[in-house]
Amino acid sequence: MDSRVGNWLDERLGLSAIIELATHKRVPEHKHSFWYYWGGITLFFFTVMCFTGVLLLLYYRPGNEAYESVRQITYDIQFGWLIRSTHSWSANLMIGSAFVHMFSTYFLKSYRRPREFLWFSGLALLLLGMVFGFSGYLLPMDDLAYFATKVGLGIPAVVPVVGPWISDLVRGGPEISAFTVSRFFALHVVVLPALFIPVLMLHLALVQKHGMSSPESELEKPEHKRKTIPFFPNFAMKDLAVWLIALNVLAFLAAMFPWSLGPAADSLKPAPMDIHPEWYFMSSFEVLKLFGKWFPGEFGEFAGLGLFNVGLVLWVLVPFFDPERRAGAWARRATWFGLVVVAVLLVTTIWGYAVLPAAAH
Amino acid sequence: MSENLPPEADDPGRRDFLKFAAAGVLGAAYAGLVGYPVYRYLASPVEKAAAEGEVKEVVLDDALKTPKNAALMFKFGQKPSMLIHHEDDTWTALSAVCTHLGCTVGYEPDKKIIFCPCHGGTYDPNSGANLGGPPPKPLVEYKVQVSEGKIVVRRG
Repeated sequence: MDSRVGNWLDERLGLSAIIELATHKRVPEHKHSFWYYWGGITLFFFTVMCFTGVLLLLYYRPGNEAYESVRQITYDIQFGWLIRSTHSWSANLMIGSAFVHMFSTYFLKSYRRPREFLWFSGLALLLLGMVFGFSGYLLPMDDLAYFATKVGLGIPAVVPVVGPWISDLVRGGPEISAFTVSRFFALHVVVLPALFIPVLMLHLALVQKHGMSSPESELEKPEHKRKTIPFFPNFAMKDLAVWLIALNVLAFLAAMFPWSLGPAADSLKPAPMDIHPEWYFMSSFEVLKLFGKWFPGEFGEFAGLGLFNVGLVLWVLVPFFDPERRAGAWARRATWFGLVVVAVLLVTTIWGYAVLPAAAH
Repeated sequence: MSENLPPEADDPGRRDFLKFAAAGVLGAAYAGLVGYPVYRYLASPVEKAAAEGEVKEVVLDDALKTPKNAALMFKFGQKPSMLIHHEDDTWTALSAVCTHLGCTVGYEPDKKIIFCPCHGGTYDPNSGANLGGPPPKPLVEYKVQVSEGKIVVRRG
């Protein structure tokens, strides 16, 4: 910062510290570097969703007119279909890249000391992202959205005593109605962003603080043999190139496979035969269905939900089981646990789609 | 001044505890005062629906036109419900809300069962008994009364 303006700004904003950080920050380069881009890809899809979300807000009307307003966006407003399709595709791609990011950091063991809070904040972001997805899914109020939400809100209702009360309060009544849409809308556009953005900032600040994690294979090498590249401009340029690829994929999917809008929800019609949730809830949907088949009655419900919750708690706590290098047997157990989780999620998801009636395909 | 008071009143541990207790009580009072109207505001449609849910009977004027081996869907208060016309000309009225996770169930005339597409639960169309799949309880059955060109469905 040579100029007088530069000095004036620096004294007040501390810019030189940021520039210092950017010029000296280096990123490890090795055979697993590919996985470093997935957090950035997820962030890219999130920014696309903020942008398209604001555009959708201009015409969307929550409450009784929800379906009609989405019909207008999709069929009457110029390029409305494209904005809506981009928003929906971007949401799915964001959850998808977040999963890739999560599993790659899991198997490269990036959650180890001192990055535990990167792991926790990342999981919080994924869970918030899934609530974003769940709340956004209802907003068009078509029949699939209506019944998928009905099932989703039926799940907390099986918790004894407080369950039905929580479900009623979230729904705004015993049935999904215009009240539910307004509640989900407030959640989707105000409450969730207000929670998501500070956690995202923490996650990004921690990446700056701790730097990129190096996998085991790198840490075994002596320090002078580990390769790094400057963050700016080298890594930033690569990041930008990856974002361009992500944009191309998103544009292709959104334009070639526009998001559909089903018939308006009608509570008196039986649920459509091909009812299913978004793919990232398919695994839990199928597990619930299978447990219901194997253990009829309430036990199956509890067993299915219990299995998922125990798995999730173990997943969150993994930095405590496998806290550092040379964790020995626990490191291997964590890897095996991860492989089992991936296998269960994949098998139950594929199974869920395989047993759907033909109408879904 | 401390000489005039019993010694324990001056104990700093006790004073801190009283301070925390007072702050706690005050905090809880404020949380209650702010929380109560907010809670009632949020729960308002739930309470209203509960009041409407006390509907005792529904009159279905055109129900007799329902063909045999078919079901008529109607609302009992706010709850989706179904009136089934059996082949032997008897009638059964049931809640159409699956007891598993609350999907709307449908009558399948070919198999003569009630089916829930969400998780594959099945019920007996004569009694509402849960036959298979995840449902933990039978469907709620209503009383049916056939009279002069209409059908009256009452809470059982």
